[in-house]
Amino acid sequence: MTDPSPPLLELRNLTTVFPTRRGEVRAVDGVNLTLRKGQILGLVGESGCGKSTVLLSILGLISRPGRIAGGRILLEGRDITRLSGREMRRIRGKDIAMIFQDPLSTLNPAFLVGEQIRESLRLHNMMPGPPWPFDRGRKAREKKRVLEVMEQVGIPAADARYKAYPHEFSGGMQQRALIAIGLACRPKILLADEPTTALDVTIQAQIIDLMRRINQEHGTAIILVTHDLGLAAEFCDHLAVMYAGRIVEIGSTDEVIENPQHPYTMGLLRCIPTVGERRAIEPIPGNVPDLATLPQGCAFSPRCEYAREVCNQGFFRLQPVGTDGPAGGNGGHRARCLRLSDYRLPEG
Amino acid sequence: MRLVKVVERLLAAIPIMLGVAIIVFVFMRLTPGDPVDIMMGQGGAVSEGEIERLRSEFNLDKPIHVQLGLFLADLARGDLGNSFSKQQPVAKLIGERLPATIELAFGALLFGLLIAFPVGILSAVRQNSLLDRLSMGGAFLGISMPAFWLGIILILIFSVNLKWLPVQGRIDYDANLQEVTGLYVLDSILTGNRTALVSSLKHLILPSISLGAAVAAIVARVLRSSLLEILRSDYIRLARAKGAGEPRVVLVHALRNALIPTVTVVGLQVGVLLGGNMIVETVFGWPGLGRLVVEAIFNRDFPLVQGAVMVYAFTFVAASLVVDILYTYLNPKIEL
Repeated sequence: MTDPSPPLLELRNLTTVFPTRRGEVRAVDGVNLTLRKGQILGLVGESGCGKSTVLLSILGLISRPGRIAGGRILLEGRDITRLSGREMRRIRGKDIAMIFQDPLSTLNPAFLVGEQIRESLRLHNMMPGPPWPFDRGRKAREKKRVLEVMEQVGIPAADARYKAYPHEFSGGMQQRALIAIGLACRPKILLADEPTTALDVTIQAQIIDLMRRINQEHGTAIILVTHDLGLAAEFCDHLAVMYAGRIVEIGSTDEVIENPQHPYTMGLLRCIPTVGERRAIEPIPGNVPDLATLPQGCAFSPRCEYAREVCNQGFFRLQPVGTDGPAGGNGGHRARCLRLSDYRLPEG
Repeated sequence: MRLVKVVERLLAAIPIMLGVAIIVFVFMRLTPGDPVDIMMGQGGAVSEGEIERLRSEFNLDKPIHVQLGLFLADLARGDLGNSFSKQQPVAKLIGERLPATIELAFGALLFGLLIAFPVGILSAVRQNSLLDRLSMGGAFLGISMPAFWLGIILILIFSVNLKWLPVQGRIDYDANLQEVTGLYVLDSILTGNRTALVSSLKHLILPSISLGAAVAAIVARVLRSSLLEILRSDYIRLARAKGAGEPRVVLVHALRNALIPTVTVVGLQVGVLLGGNMIVETVFGWPGLGRLVVEAIFNRDFPLVQGAVMVYAFTFVAASLVVDILYTYLNPKIEL
């Protein structure tokens, strides 16, 4: 299977750092990812592994004193890490939109929901017309599009809901409104940061269905950040498992789920409860590591049941594993583990 | 429906005002010092009969609950009584002085807000910058400097040395201003009197700065801290993710929400400005309510003090009502 479409978004060796009192923390450490049109990529890992930081880096919204210290982010081949603030603002919300975790705190409490959706259209001049004082119909055109998007994301009685405030919405409706803000400008890429974590299970399923529909109908590529491997397995066609700022395993969803190679991925899979199966959930022992004091070598080695002494040394590359070869979208199924190279120390 | 609630709130103010009336009435009579003694002391030798006559004229010979009843009965008819020391209706005396106090309070508020908003916003946006440190240091000074001291320093610099601005009073004698509302700046505009406008504005500048410095400092600090908190919130991140520029993020998305705590503080300051500026009025020879009240307290002029306190209480009630109404516009979750 070859994928002829050129990559929409490419992260090349992306490194994002935050200076702290105990030294510089690499929240994202040399991440490589490729996203093509219509793909859904899942970015999975425990809290604090850097998955949300990847999304914020893509949008250039890392809050100071954090910064992108290295690597490139290519949007349709153009490096967007070097853009000016103004050029970057033209991309935010238009080419790349983001959905956040907690819908209530993400909507501005002081403005009407409809106006918040309309703002996206106005900021990017999506309904162009004659210049300012002469364009009487602009608001009406924008409002029409807002109602269209609200219906598209399944907000019933959009006309009345346009004039409601965020606190008058239910959690699910708030998340739909947020998705509507994201979709208003028909972005090429949707970044979703734990979009269902704050919602009830039934609402979760509806939101996931909605995102799948958006993906299928408009070919919007999606990066879904989640700590829920089960959700990612169901929704994404590619998975990248992150640990301590690095990708430890990446590949097509089927490969990663059916044939996990990294001990961390295996551990995550053992944490997923299955309906109808009487099996104890086995948590991964230990805690998420402190990024300021990472061990040498494999960051997972202190918690790894397969760890040997040599795991503490050197740097391990992502190695091709599995059967689907390098064509699987992100260079095939690869994992970063010494176990996969028969405990040989890398050269140098 | 908002109007109905406003009327409800105004009606709810009646028991508050009644409580204030009773408390000030009782406390004035508990303070040592007798109004008739004080008046007679100024008049020299007087007979017992004269004193008795005055006491009965002011109803001071009756039991306190009878006096209170008479006071409240007058109050219900809108009559604040007659001043003991000035022999004139209290309402008239207050009416003459109130516009000066309102004009000064407005000037001080305007100065305070004109300083507080840019300073508060810029120091929040550039947190920990030199500008932030300087303006927060300045705010600390603004809060700790006594207004009378600042007033004297300003008079020294701008009136005595530079001779740019007048030392005291509200307007020059030769301005020939025809009073309409008693607010001289407004009256000058209404009557088209350019000389009077310039003169009244010049007189207003220094007292407004002396009184408004503390307002500027307090409001700037509140605005800065609430903006700082809001700028870290999720909806600000969304505004940026939508592609909004920083000015829009700060001035539209953040400021609207930061105004909620700020408006509370400004409302309280309005009450303070209208009620507590006797010192600045004295420094600048400003013929406002504050000086009238201080005199009235020294003279144990019960009706005048009672009337003035009623006015102060009403301004606080009105200011908090205005704040609550503004709240409903700023925060849609709040209803009156």
